[in-house]
Amino acid sequence: MDPVNMKSVQDALEGFLDTEVYVHLETTNGAYASHHNEQFFSAGAYIRNAKLTYERAKITGAGPYRVGLKIPFGWVYAEGITHYEQDDKGRLLLAGHDYDGKLAVALQISTTPFE
Amino acid sequence: MKKERQVLVVFPHPDDEAFGVSGTIASHVNMGTPVTYACLTLGEMGRNMGNPPFANRETLPSIRKYELKESARVLGISDLRMLGYRDKTIEFEDPDKLTNEISSMIKELDPSLIITFYPGYSVHPDHDATGAAVVRAVEKLPVEKRPTLHCVAFSNNCVEELGEADIVFDVSAVADQKFDSIKAHQSQTQLMMAGMAEGLKNQDPEVMARLNFERFWTYKY
Ligand SMILES: [Zn+2]
Repeated sequence: MDPVNMKSVQDALEGFLDTEVYVHLETTNGAYASHHNEQFFSAGAYIRNAKLTYERAKITGAGPYRVGLKIPFGWVYAEGITHYEQDDKGRLLLAGHDYDGKLAVALQISTTPFE
Repeated sequence: MKKERQVLVVFPHPDDEAFGVSGTIASHVNMGTPVTYACLTLGEMGRNMGNPPFANRETLPSIRKYELKESARVLGISDLRMLGYRDKTIEFEDPDKLTNEISSMIKELDPSLIITFYPGYSVHPDHDATGAAVVRAVEKLPVEKRPTLHCVAFSNNCVEELGEADIVFDVSAVADQKFDSIKAHQSQTQLMMAGMAEGLKNQDPEVMARLNFERFWTYKY
């Protein structure tokens, strides 16, 4: 993973426009957050291999970045993106790592299902 | 530590064996007892990926699989089974399917001791769901056929509600193997290893206690 380069990410996002893609989206505080701090309200969400198409995509912000995908009847959105990679399978992997390097958010797009 | 006929360890994540029970596993192996480790997932949803990240969500499983095999190797585990479930989904699986899978391992291996997490006292939903599945499988056996069940617990309320652990093993004789097992899970333990090595050097009592003693609660049906 490399720190976000906005132009590279924007180009990669547009590479999937109007194409049927599989999306992985997750946010997490980790399963131990409330164990280490009982005042902490732990929340997260996860969807793997949601099949969709999007007509518009944008990365924005001053870093950490926000990424939005406009889909026919709604939106997909991720906040806190810091790193990206286009892997050898042509998949776009976007991730947000916190100050300790731990993964906090991921948004990934692929033309084939994630394993 | 009593010599067992066969030990079966059941945990959901690679590295679950390293912190709490690797000294116990190594001690059984060194006594000549066969140890089977059934690990339900590959920790696919782990959050540690190095800083700066050297892994990503999609490469993490193969890295952790390698680390798990390495940990099993340094502990001398002869039978490592990766059951192919997905991290953070155990509590949503069909409970009967999980129970049956564990029942069939018990039938095949006839363990005299099973080690797992104490359901309800192990913090991560996968830990609790795994422990619950093991308890269900053992409960299906007639009382006189049940293997001993030693559970790991570490929730903030575990001592308050379960009392102090009834089993405490001094594993200082195999501290090196334990250290190597923790180190094998490099992607997950890199951050903590630095602190641990420092604590070891200074003989920090808290670090020494964590390395040298392993605690279990015998499950009460
Ligand atoms: Zn775990």
